[in-house]
Amino acid sequence: MIYIIEYRDVTVAALPDVTILDRISLRIAAGERVAFLGRSGAGKTTALKLINALVKPTSGSIAIEGTEPHDLVALRRRIGYVMQQPALFPHRSVFDNIATVPRLLEWDEARIRERAEELMHQLDLPLERFASRYPRMLSGGEQQRVAIARALIGAPSILLCDEPFSALDPLIRVELQTMLISAARDTTLVFVTHDVREALRIAQRIIVFEAGRIIADATPEGLATHEHPLVRRFLASAT
Amino acid sequence: MTLLRLTGEHLLIVVVAVTIAIAAGVPLGTLAYRRRRAGGIALRVTDAVQTIPSLAMFGFLIPLPLIGGIGPRPAIVALVLYSLLPIVRSTLVGLQRVDPHVREAATAMGMTDRQLLWSIELPLATPTIVAGIRIAAVTAIGVATIAAAVGGGGLGTLIFRGVAMVDTRLILSGALPAALLALAADFVLTRVERHFARRRGEA
Repeated sequence: MIYIIEYRDVTVAALPDVTILDRISLRIAAGERVAFLGRSGAGKTTALKLINALVKPTSGSIAIEGTEPHDLVALRRRIGYVMQQPALFPHRSVFDNIATVPRLLEWDEARIRERAEELMHQLDLPLERFASRYPRMLSGGEQQRVAIARALIGAPSILLCDEPFSALDPLIRVELQTMLISAARDTTLVFVTHDVREALRIAQRIIVFEAGRIIADATPEGLATHEHPLVRRFLASAT
Repeated sequence: MTLLRLTGEHLLIVVVAVTIAIAAGVPLGTLAYRRRRAGGIALRVTDAVQTIPSLAMFGFLIPLPLIGGIGPRPAIVALVLYSLLPIVRSTLVGLQRVDPHVREAATAMGMTDRQLLWSIELPLATPTIVAGIRIAAVTAIGVATIAAAVGGGGLGTLIFRGVAMVDTRLILSGALPAALLALAADFVLTRVERHFARRRGEA
């Protein structure tokens, strides 16, 4: 079986004596919805950024769709990426923000518009109302929905999310989690969070990081009976 | 009539000089941003040039072939050298100020370094770059009055003549239009700067 993402004994060290990830091995199958759960500094964001090569392994390797990527630009155009900050391009309209990747891929404008309209509809950003607005005119939640549309428009095989909702208020957060799952249903989703409730709501598989290692890899049900003390603490924080 | 001609000369020298300084300074500032070492050297050189007293600078240029001598040419060369620093520095600062998250998002979307520079970083740095151009232009309008000392023409001609004849009115007839030109340049370029800032989403 070919896994869409495979970490092969990956170590990431910032300095010779500061290890961020310590010999991680992990396989993710196409279509899985995976959460990387952990406290801050546990290594989950670094693990995520290995996938789109924003971080390079110090040793070990990462394979995407069975091969170690060489053309990083092409790789990144196939992978969606949403961060905690919407990081929209402030000088570009909502539509032009969303159209970034398809324009890099040289789609024709009619196809871009069609796909943008469909996605914006799913994310409750009606095209006629939002297309020509600028990021500064949007609320935080709206900006993050634009960021999601921008990440998904190229029909990426993988969507990476790094705490995309942690800056939003709790009500909007739940709403956006539902929207994200539905909009990203055709892609493999890797979602970084420190919030166990969010992980349980979004993921089919939860991988718990601590001090650069994986301490648990379980389904939401499996996690509930996991005996690692940190996992117990995480679960206790949810209730 | 003479006043109009001298103002025209003055403006022409400044516009030519600042245009050349933009053409050289923005790429230099970009280089300074991309390659720290080369950029450090470029900044130090433009910094050092800035410390040369302007009258001395015109004097240094007189004996030099090609770029020096007497007339508008050394005047333009000197003004380019003075205008370079604010433009190089503002380009560098403008590029450094681009939100690192925005840069990360662009990279993660598969932009090449060149695409990142042209479609994200330079447009976002534009208001800051224009601010540098504004400072360069206003300074150049002032410094250009000294160009008359090397036969560069412009409003400085009236000022130097007035100083020689101890004629305050004559001095003012050169100094006031120069000051007005500087104010006008400042006003127009501030507008341009705001226009770009608005587009960038700041104002």
